[in-house]
Amino acid sequence: MNAALVENLTHGSYILAAGLFIFSLRWLSRPQTARRGVLAGVAGMGLAVFGTLLHPEIANYLWIVVAAAIGTAIGIPLSRVPLTAVPQRTALSHAFGGLAAGLVGTAKYMLWTGDASITPFKSGVIAIEVILGFLTFTGSLMAAGKLQEALPTRPITFRGQNYVNFALLGVAALCGIGLVFDPMQWPLFAVIVVLSLVFGVMLILPIGGADMPTVISILNSYAGLSAVAMGFVLDNMLLVTAGALDGSSGLILSLIMCRAMNRSFTNVLFGAFGQVAVAQAAGEQKAVKSATAQDVCDLLENATRVVVVPGYGMAVAQAQHRVRDVYDQLSKRGIDVKFAIHPVAGRMPGHMNVLLAEADIPYEALVEMDDINRDLPQTDVVLVVGANDVVNPAARHDKSSPIFGMPIIDADKAKLCVAIKRSMNPGFAGVDNELYSADNTLMLFGDAKAMLGEIAKALTGSGLGH
Amino acid sequence: MDVAHVGHAATAAGTSLWTMLLVFMLSTFVGFQVVQNVSRLLHTPLMSLTNAISGIAIVASVLIAGEELSTTSTILGGIAVAASMTNIVSGFLITDRMLKMFKEREPKK
Repeated sequence: MNAALVENLTHGSYILAAGLFIFSLRWLSRPQTARRGVLAGVAGMGLAVFGTLLHPEIANYLWIVVAAAIGTAIGIPLSRVPLTAVPQRTALSHAFGGLAAGLVGTAKYMLWTGDASITPFKSGVIAIEVILGFLTFTGSLMAAGKLQEALPTRPITFRGQNYVNFALLGVAALCGIGLVFDPMQWPLFAVIVVLSLVFGVMLILPIGGADMPTVISILNSYAGLSAVAMGFVLDNMLLVTAGALDGSSGLILSLIMCRAMNRSFTNVLFGAFGQVAVAQAAGEQKAVKSATAQDVCDLLENATRVVVVPGYGMAVAQAQHRVRDVYDQLSKRGIDVKFAIHPVAGRMPGHMNVLLAEADIPYEALVEMDDINRDLPQTDVVLVVGANDVVNPAARHDKSSPIFGMPIIDADKAKLCVAIKRSMNPGFAGVDNELYSADNTLMLFGDAKAMLGEIAKALTGSGLGH
Repeated sequence: MDVAHVGHAATAAGTSLWTMLLVFMLSTFVGFQVVQNVSRLLHTPLMSLTNAISGIAIVASVLIAGEELSTTSTILGGIAVAASMTNIVSGFLITDRMLKMFKEREPKK
């Protein structure tokens, strides 16, 4: 093939790939077309790889094939993890994206300084790429470790932490500026690599489990931005486009997550949430009313409208399928059952929806917070399963509460609220929940899975009796 | 105006820096528009799909691994290919696996 034709084929396939990526995200907007989105994405990626393999510069395909085989071998098991582990998988994926960007930047810097073809502009962009790439790499590994609970999930803080972090990033940025003035100064480059790797770890240390949905989203946008920087380094528009799509998606998700917790970006990254809360937890114990599974069964049976508020505790107890049993029993009786999904329920954006979808709950029954809040005053029974902070009314009125201002699901406004809980221990954020001592709240103490199983059994039994 | 020349001088392979910035700006804008329309129901699959798309770093890694300009660059490129391929394979597969679970309510009897 002649060179001009190859060049055109490559560019053509890149443009098609970029278009397919956009359609891929577009089709993801609704569950009905979403799977088509995956196909478009696969086609786009296939074209992009095809266009790249045509490059005449490729001297040897062997290492490409070996590396791609290794990647596939790691990728397949990673795609089969349980759905509770999807947040960790996602964090690992951000780490791989960051690693690829960092390594490509490093390789290019070495090659271009080797033949002295590096320009001040290129070295500046490489510095940005490498900083973003490597900090995403170690930061995401830390996040994955915390999500997997291989690392302590509590925020780890020390005095002057923010100054240390800013100093690390500042020195890395100064070295980057130094490289613009003298691109051949490789020690500066080495310092950038080391500092970015350290900065990624330091950035995630003070972040607690409750902030993981936001942090994962922020890391997502960093991974995207590092791909954009790579595109600038290599003059590759496809990298810029795909990276920008990834980056803007991460940014939107982070904004949604921040809004859902009423926090700002800086507050999430430098606020060490969960620290303040510990001191607060030691309040006086208020009287609570407790109920049995049979009581709850009777209450549910006589309701016309039931809303379930699931939290991550439900997934920890593996109670999704019991929830589904209760849902089936109630639906069979013509009772309207909906699920109230808080944006930060679960450990990553949208996590709760996936967990419930896996338990075969139809997606029409999954309702967003703002929509369900309108219906709650007319709801007979709200069943809180493993959710805590997202139903704490203190967020509305208690200015001293660490969760003050966070939008919540108004479970307390329903006619009756039943909360299933192991004990009265405060939740993830370590805050007391006044919902449990409210007049219209009944507590059902016990393991969520066991309790829901009992309710489902009682419902089945009484169904037969009719 | 001199700006265009600055751009040309800045990048080696001919694409103007300003063109690249324009592409970046437009893609970010398009990204915002399409992602804002994604139902909250599907935000987890959205993130795993963009993970897969970020595997696009493979186009850069493949060249570095295949050019064999130096041992170090080939090794770095090879690792980058493996990392990107992991993202592509696991990202697309898990997105599809999750999307298959989203079912509509069965029609009422």
